[in-house]
Amino acid sequence: MTDKVKVATVSLAGCFGCHMSLLDIDERLAELVERVTFDRSPFTDKKILGECDIGIVEGGVCNAENVEVLREFRRRCRTLVAMGACAINGGVPAMRNSFSVRECIGESYVRGIGVEDPQVPDDPELPLLLDQVHPVHEVVRIDYFLPGCPPPADTIWAFFTALLEGRDPTYSYRQIHYD
Amino acid sequence: MSVLIVDGREIEFEPPATIIEACNKAGVYLPHLCWRPDFSPHGSCRVCTVRANGREVAACITAAEDGMRVENTADDIVEKRKTLLSMLFVEGNHVCPACEKSGNCQLQAVAYYHGVTAPTLTYFYPPRPLDASHPDVVIDLNRCILCELCVRASRQSDGKNVFSIGGRGIDAHLVVNSETGRLGDSELDIDDRAAHICPVGAILPRRGAFQTPIGRRKYDIDPIDVAGDASEGET
Ligand code: SF4
Ligand code: SF4
Repeated sequence: MTDKVKVATVSLAGCFGCHMSLLDIDERLAELVERVTFDRSPFTDKKILGECDIGIVEGGVCNAENVEVLREFRRRCRTLVAMGACAINGGVPAMRNSFSVRECIGESYVRGIGVEDPQVPDDPELPLLLDQVHPVHEVVRIDYFLPGCPPPADTIWAFFTALLEGRDPTYSYRQIHYD
Repeated sequence: MSVLIVDGREIEFEPPATIIEACNKAGVYLPHLCWRPDFSPHGSCRVCTVRANGREVAACITAAEDGMRVENTADDIVEKRKTLLSMLFVEGNHVCPACEKSGNCQLQAVAYYHGVTAPTLTYFYPPRPLDASHPDVVIDLNRCILCELCVRASRQSDGKNVFSIGGRGIDAHLVVNSETGRLGDSELDIDDRAAHICPVGAILPRRGAFQTPIGRRKYDIDPIDVAGDASEGET
């Protein structure tokens, strides 16, 4: 048990699509869990992050909590991976970057189509939004990037197998795409 | 006949020719974005940078000379190209998952060819407008890489003057030549070559989107050295 590689995963400003794609490695999951054990991850529902070998981050950084979690991942994970378009360049959530936070909130909660009883959510538990969505490498150092929206399961598998064998991942032509 | 030595391989060419013309005729792929064989070269994207007789030059605007030694695939040249490509990505807003050109886009294709997993420079997120005033064509300047192909196509093929580049440096941007600055008030016609030549998803003819699904598009199948330049008008 203890010689298993410890992996943590998290979804920041993402849609969980990358996590779904990870699950899409299908029966190879059985092979994967022979070699790795999941620490904090939506798969385990553990909330506390331990010392890990590999940290996988889906999604960009859109609020104060994302920044905190990302920094913690960098502190506790030896190898940190940006998984998917949003982690790499902000992705679709970063399309809000040409608007102010006020405009975005206004559109969603005040003036938007179908909004009833308009009010801006202000519960103190809600993390504050950043003025723009940022890719994770602008906040912490990233060791590897897995492109795709989401990265195909085969790309994720190529990544895992390489890393577990102690080599730098390489990808075939069709394993790299940005959409 | 003169001879060019590209990565140690001799190729023959008929002068006058630029390095990229000589390579193109001989079937040697030299990465490029703003160059097309049937337009005058523009030399702006710099993606065709090679080392010719020891000097780094843009192959589309440098004359090939007899006996010239050209390095096209040297590691440091490839690294420089990757940086140039990364700069093109971060200077605009390229959200490929939300772009109908994805898979048929030449910027993507050249980046794929070079194995770029991610541009790791700081993203600019510049505010760029979208012009949907034309009934048949949309312009999304978030994706414009200022290659000037539309400018040249309008002038050199269509006999019009619909586009030009205004501003300098980071403020450079595509300008539409009409009273209002809007595409809908310009002379652009859907049958113009300028409406179809954009190598990225900036100028998009309407009503043709996603005819070929993502995953089965030109550069999803073959790399650009095999598949060739972005097809005109394919979105
Ligand atoms: S123009 Fe090309 S690189 Fe830019 S978003 Fe569209 S597909 Fe991606
Ligand atoms: S709109 Fe397209 S063709 Fe015109 S300069 Fe921009 S990228 Fe080039």
